[in-house]
Amino acid sequence: MAMELDVFVGNTTIMDEEVYQLWLDGYTVSDAVKVRMEGGVMEECEASADVLLSDTMDQYRTFQMCERLLYSPAKLANQLLFQIPPHRQAILIERYYAFDDAFVREVLGKKLSKGTKKDLDDISAKTNVTLKSCRRQFDNFKRVFKVVEELKGPLVENIRQHFLLSDKLARDYAAIVFFANNRFETGKRKLQYLTFQDFAFCAGQLINNWTVGAVGEQIPTDHQRSFRFYMDVDLDKEFLQELKELKILITDKDLLDQHKSLVCTALRGKTKAFNEMEANFKNLSRGLVNIAAKLTNTKDVRDFFIDLVEKFIEPCRSDRWTAADMKLYLTHYTNSAHILDTFKHQVVWDRYMGVIKSCIFKMFHD
Amino acid sequence: MPGKLKAKIVAGRHLPVMDRASDLTDAFVEVKFGNTTFKTDVCPKSLNPQWNSEWFKFEVDDEDLQDEPLQVTVLDHDTYSANDAIGKVYIDIDPLLCNEAASVISGWFPIYDTIHGIRGEINVLVKVELFNDLNRFRQSSCGVKFFCTTSIPRCYRAAMVHGFVEELVVNEDPEYQWIDRIRTPRASNEARQRLISLMSGELQRKIGLKVLEMGGNAVVGYLQCFDLEGESGLVVRAIGTACTLDKLSSGSAPNTATHTHPNTAPASNACNSPSKDGKEPVFGEDLLSSSGPPTPFRALPTSSSSPPPLSPSKPCSRQSSSSDTDLSLTPKTGMGSGGSAGKEAGPLKTLLRQQTQTALEQRGASSSGLLLNAREFPFFTLTSFPPGFLVHVGGVVSARSVKLLDRIHNPALGNTRSYKLLDWNSVTADEPETRDAWWEEIRQEIKSHAKALGCHAVVGYSESTSICEEVCILSASGTAAILNPRYMREGCLDIGIVDHRFEDPSPPSCGFCHIPYDELNMPFPTQLTYCYHCRRQKVPDVLFTTIDLPPEAAVTGKGCLIQARLCRLKKKAQGEVNATAISNLLPFMEYELHTQLMNKLKLRSMNALFGLRIQISIGENMLLGLASATGVYLTALPAPGGIQIAGKTPGDLSNEHHILTIQKRINDTIAKNKEIYQINPPKLFALDPEVFCGTNMELTEEVVGSPIPEPRQRSRLFRSHSESSDEVSELDLSHGKKDAFVLEIDDTDAVEDIHSLLTDATIPTGFNSCNTEIMPGIYNWTSAVQMFTSVRVFRLSNANLTNQGLNKIFTDLCENLLKSFYFKLRSMIPCCLCHLNFTVAVPEEELIQVAVTAVAMTYDKDQTQEKPAEKPITKGCIETEEQLQFPMELCADSSSTNTQLSSKISGVQETTNVSSRVSSLERSSPVPDGRSRSLRSTRGFGGSSVTVVKMTPLSFLPGTRIIKYLGIINMFFIRETTSLREEGGVSGFLHSFIAEVFAMVRAHVAALGGNAVVSYSMKECVFMENPNKNQAQCLINVSGDAVICVRETDQEPVPSNIGQTCTSETDGAT
Repeated sequence: MAMELDVFVGNTTIMDEEVYQLWLDGYTVSDAVKVRMEGGVMEECEASADVLLSDTMDQYRTFQMCERLLYSPAKLANQLLFQIPPHRQAILIERYYAFDDAFVREVLGKKLSKGTKKDLDDISAKTNVTLKSCRRQFDNFKRVFKVVEELKGPLVENIRQHFLLSDKLARDYAAIVFFANNRFETGKRKLQYLTFQDFAFCAGQLINNWTVGAVGEQIPTDHQRSFRFYMDVDLDKEFLQELKELKILITDKDLLDQHKSLVCTALRGKTKAFNEMEANFKNLSRGLVNIAAKLTNTKDVRDFFIDLVEKFIEPCRSDRWTAADMKLYLTHYTNSAHILDTFKHQVVWDRYMGVIKSCIFKMFHD
Repeated sequence: MPGKLKAKIVAGRHLPVMDRASDLTDAFVEVKFGNTTFKTDVCPKSLNPQWNSEWFKFEVDDEDLQDEPLQVTVLDHDTYSANDAIGKVYIDIDPLLCNEAASVISGWFPIYDTIHGIRGEINVLVKVELFNDLNRFRQSSCGVKFFCTTSIPRCYRAAMVHGFVEELVVNEDPEYQWIDRIRTPRASNEARQRLISLMSGELQRKIGLKVLEMGGNAVVGYLQCFDLEGESGLVVRAIGTACTLDKLSSGSAPNTATHTHPNTAPASNACNSPSKDGKEPVFGEDLLSSSGPPTPFRALPTSSSSPPPLSPSKPCSRQSSSSDTDLSLTPKTGMGSGGSAGKEAGPLKTLLRQQTQTALEQRGASSSGLLLNAREFPFFTLTSFPPGFLVHVGGVVSARSVKLLDRIHNPALGNTRSYKLLDWNSVTADEPETRDAWWEEIRQEIKSHAKALGCHAVVGYSESTSICEEVCILSASGTAAILNPRYMREGCLDIGIVDHRFEDPSPPSCGFCHIPYDELNMPFPTQLTYCYHCRRQKVPDVLFTTIDLPPEAAVTGKGCLIQARLCRLKKKAQGEVNATAISNLLPFMEYELHTQLMNKLKLRSMNALFGLRIQISIGENMLLGLASATGVYLTALPAPGGIQIAGKTPGDLSNEHHILTIQKRINDTIAKNKEIYQINPPKLFALDPEVFCGTNMELTEEVVGSPIPEPRQRSRLFRSHSESSDEVSELDLSHGKKDAFVLEIDDTDAVEDIHSLLTDATIPTGFNSCNTEIMPGIYNWTSAVQMFTSVRVFRLSNANLTNQGLNKIFTDLCENLLKSFYFKLRSMIPCCLCHLNFTVAVPEEELIQVAVTAVAMTYDKDQTQEKPAEKPITKGCIETEEQLQFPMELCADSSSTNTQLSSKISGVQETTNVSSRVSSLERSSPVPDGRSRSLRSTRGFGGSSVTVVKMTPLSFLPGTRIIKYLGIINMFFIRETTSLREEGGVSGFLHSFIAEVFAMVRAHVAALGGNAVVSYSMKECVFMENPNKNQAQCLINVSGDAVICVRETDQEPVPSNIGQTCTSETDGAT
């Protein structure tokens, strides 16, 4: 029966999780009805297709009305229009801000601008995520980015408070914001094998260790720093400057040899790939230290991940290192530098290598 | 100067952006009461302004306090052009005028605009200081409590029931004034909203005055309605039952107190002993007609204009025997029915009205006069009663009358008169008389029907109208009954003699079924048998009523919703021709609806209907009839016979076969229904006839020994005794076979009818439905409630439809609605849809509109079979109650997409856990006892402080106890749009409007300090659209009682913040 008008309004807003997901996924009403029918809801309550259609329409309308509240989730808690219990509000928000890994992988590190938005239909075709859903996800990224970009304080915490997201999701958003802000290149073919979660992990490492906020008040190395904002959307410029000092590890011939012998002594007999390690030591070391030294250039910051892959991961992989080899090598490589008596930049070195180590571990897939 | 109203504007939030340039708003507020207006400062460039204004003080008469709402307007300041209105809030301050209700109004109100809907919220504080008024000529009635609830409100006890009060006021509808052509839709809507608010206030005040005159202090079962008569005006009318209520002390407040036994009633009752009634000599004429033993048959053919709609050979009930149509195109001078009583009473009543209006000095005189008024219409809008109140029930009485609106066009309301909002005071004196006369006519008829049934009162009484163009159907219906005079103010009822029936100690579980009329002069053909419960008095085979099932009634099995639906085509016509056509159709419709009800009742193997409501709506080219009721098997009544199909042409073999198949299907359905509704009554008797006989004899002897039994009665009792003792076997099912209900298949129509009878969809397992307060057979409610409103409009596409086709469409529409509810609420199973209230309308020529408001309530499945002895709530359900304050969603979580949820957002669990822990910590901090103010806590978690407000059309919330009534909620809203498509079409428009109405009701209740609305109803939902112009308009009127309720097991108010999820603490207490 085709109704001219058909509404159902509950004092407590009725929402079906399944339909919400279909709506978020950008299904049209009729597609959603099909999915639900196949899902066997009809048998549950002797419902007919009409009933299902009417219910789906009702729910879609409710979600549309709720959508503007979800733009600023804090409003959802003290608006009066819909009576929604708190746990249900949390689910609504969490689901609304959830995203597809396939989609986010495509826009990660891109500028969240109108230009990118125009490419969404291509992304939609490529990732098999509906355009509607792509738009929602993209707008979510942009909205979160806009709100936290200028805020002081820890990024994850800011996102969690302003958007009432779970810790996990807030961290993912922090990664997205961080990547978008620093415009890290993630789209190159060589990086295709990396998942969003790989990048999110690396972002977490960078945020926690290489930003101003990461140091916070805990390591006030000098007085100048104290007036700088406690922000962790941007990398710590001073730190990047200091990284140049590490160059001595590869420019000083003695230091390089000494470093190599220390590492080789430690590694000997502990791995099958020892010969390759020994042969490639200088190349690999140059690669890592050069990445560090170049990070003052914005352009090179963008290429950070591609450099890691090209300068380190790929050579290792062609030498058939295992993950364990990698771990062993990097540990000794980092630690041995401490023993070098002419090397004075231990703090910077640790701050740099700590992140590099965990990033490479994550990015090195067996 | 008897009152000082104080208002303070605190803050606003979520305001809309009014200045595109800055994306901000410069908001200020105007506070208006009567003709006085105050303004706050402008709070520049903020969407969340903090005004924190001074207290604005209005010094006003309490009369105005009752009539007027406080009007709060939020505006955007504009330096160069006129200030733009953001929206308004109307605050009804009536609850503050009664010291037992709310003491302050404080909270966030949605700012409402009739074009844009809700636009942000405003925090307002309102207080009233009332001075003692010793003026006895006063026009105000402050302090009279109003309740929509149609039973004695819980936490009160009825010291006295005074009787019927009614009033109506009339005014021009602003929408139809000439000025409407030049003003904006917004201004017009606001004028209408304000006018109706004023009229309701005035109406309530006037009714309150009447109650005071009668010596009462409250109106229960207050039913207020609007008639939008278009050109001829706007009528606001109300009926109710005046009572004197005593508040139960809060210490003894447990739920049981609501069932305070009459015997413990205060001394005031004692002086009202029935013997005194006999001496009441005052009202001779009424005495005349009722003093003898009821011989009602002579009043039966009440109206000459329409034939009795029943032919004796057909099935019948009280309902249709008394239904009646009456077309009066010319105002009658003498009442069409009711005989001398009506004629005499008419003028007297008019006189009385004038007396009250001029504030008659002689209180005594006027109150005795009003006494007569109450006596004139011994009607009660209550649907359930304290135990012992209801003695016998006769059956449904109803009356309808078709009126032409243009005929009564009042010259004083000519179109040329310019619109002055307050001017209507001057015209009311004249105009309402016409409407009053109409209603009086109908009431007289009802009264005479009741008399015909040997009854002196009408309970479960209600009135309604249906208007299409200039034709209007007025309907009234109720249940004829005999009441126990002990509760009544003397002289309130026509109890001329000390009636034997009050001495009669019939058991409460069946007494009300016993016939009140004389079996030798039955008002209509019916089969009487001896009561299957006590076997001492006669009962009818079927009983139809408009009241709720008395809680003490003996019921077998469960009940269910039974609906009869009917469409009748009608030629388009104008004026008198149209009215005649309609009034000619009415008896046939009533007859068919009745037959359908009867068939469906038999099909479910039940024998009684409660909460019967028959609605007939007129459209331009059709009439819609919808009868809803809750079917029950009353143990006291005989088992219904089956339905037998008989063919008209016996020779035809294929036909025979056809009939046989149908017969088989019917029998199967009956058997299946018996199973579904757990109806297996005969066992009760067959089980142990000895025991039954024994008790019966004892009882009989007791009765014989009781004082002054009438000779006839005594013989009857003896007969009953002998019969029961020697042929108990007669009570078994075989009884049913004897009077099986015969349906004749003589043409295709009949086949269709039977077909539609059988195609009624069965209720999915786990669901029950009823339209009454109490679902027979379910007693162990758990606390989850979900109130909902659903509206559907169907457009008839086929130009030449037949009656049958229309019936099918209409039936499907209703059935599909029910199916939709079952589906949507499937996660609440096991659950019962209670108080299913269907309203039908024909808004335009080819549209059928059905609106439903109901509540779904969960119950504990394990204990459905028996009535629990004391507390139905086990610890188990309390636990669920706490965690599942919104159980539906929770269930949906676990059922539908569990895996997805947990994988995608594992973090959610953590956060909710944290919050619940926090709130339970907060809760466990010591809280002062016995307060209501602390409910309105402003703190909240995560910045949220929205009070959860539960709503229900019932008078109670399962698992909770009402500790305070805060006042009546009666709100009227108009919403209009000129961008229908942009708002999601008609459905999107109405969906958000209904959601907005709910939100505004909740906000007002929360501001009064309440956490629930009981007896909620949507009395009007008028929807008009013009898709071509991209426009739509909707009017909604809702009402209910704002209350504070606490968990039954709890001494403290239910925690009300949405952020709170209570845990262990109260569990421990149980």
